[in-house]
Amino acid sequence: MSAHAGTAELAGAMPGSSAASGGGPAPVRVVVAYGFWIFLLSDIILFSALFAAYAVLSAQTAGGPSGHELFELRHVGIETLCLLFSSYTCGLGILSIERRRLRSFYLSFALTFALGATFLGLEITEFAGMLARGAGPSRSAFLSAFFSLVGLHGAHVSAGLLWLSFMVAQTLVKGPRDFVRRRLLCFSLFWHALDIIWVGLLTLVYLMGAR
Amino acid sequence: MQENAEPPSAPTDQGPGAPGSFASYTAGLAFALLLTLASFVVSQTHLLWAPGVTAGLLVLAIAQMGVHLVFFLHIGTGSDNTNNVLALAFGVLIVTLVLSGSLWIMANLNANMLPESAIMDMQR
Repeated sequence: MSAHAGTAELAGAMPGSSAASGGGPAPVRVVVAYGFWIFLLSDIILFSALFAAYAVLSAQTAGGPSGHELFELRHVGIETLCLLFSSYTCGLGILSIERRRLRSFYLSFALTFALGATFLGLEITEFAGMLARGAGPSRSAFLSAFFSLVGLHGAHVSAGLLWLSFMVAQTLVKGPRDFVRRRLLCFSLFWHALDIIWVGLLTLVYLMGAR
Repeated sequence: MQENAEPPSAPTDQGPGAPGSFASYTAGLAFALLLTLASFVVSQTHLLWAPGVTAGLLVLAIAQMGVHLVFFLHIGTGSDNTNNVLALAFGVLIVTLVLSGSLWIMANLNANMLPESAIMDMQR
């Protein structure tokens, strides 16, 4: 990969050359981001199937608790803020690494990790509370759909936190090289996409379900 | 081949590869906070005519997804960005088909089933 990277990056580094001018191959950074963007779209399509399942099953509570009884909007509001601010600090981290400001990069990504971990902790607390009330995924079709959809998002956030830790370690060891910054960019795209999915979850599952 | 840290090469200013700017991230955060707050207000108060709340929430959610795409993921209208926007359009098409198709078919099946009271009687 790095053999290709060398030549294409030379092309990308030449003054005035860009994909828009139509001269030569696009910079590796643009190609990598495009490929990763397509992966993210496929991930969003995976989520859309679970969203559809939830929308169809959300009224099928089988006599069990409904969303109105289970969801606490204050709790969900804090989760939303955590994820939104972690998306923001993640973006600031990418700005810092592009400008080679390593200290502010580490600070931003530490904040991103802390906010992401807080989100995950709140979600686990919520799930544990529901399980303790006997409202587990086996209670009703509504709860099966709820746990698959929200749980899959939570699994993505966990994977994102793991990836974030690896990337910070890699930056510590290898420094802000081109390929490290490309991987950091992919991570930030992933993290922003999770926030987009959360907007859908918040609206369809929590705000509409709690009414 | 060794890649060394070199001075920042001119980044493209559009597309998911673009680093954006502090101002754009902050504006995105402000818009997203505003829209989130509006969603909570609409769902929790009687500000909106009750049957219109669902539609209002959907509009706010789609607006916020747009804000995230533009300000955080930098999907815009730049000339570098055609491929990204086309991929996004295809993704939106598939998501719309999956969601609306499932809801439509399942609503149709529901409408053609026995009345709910009859099913409840059979379950007892």
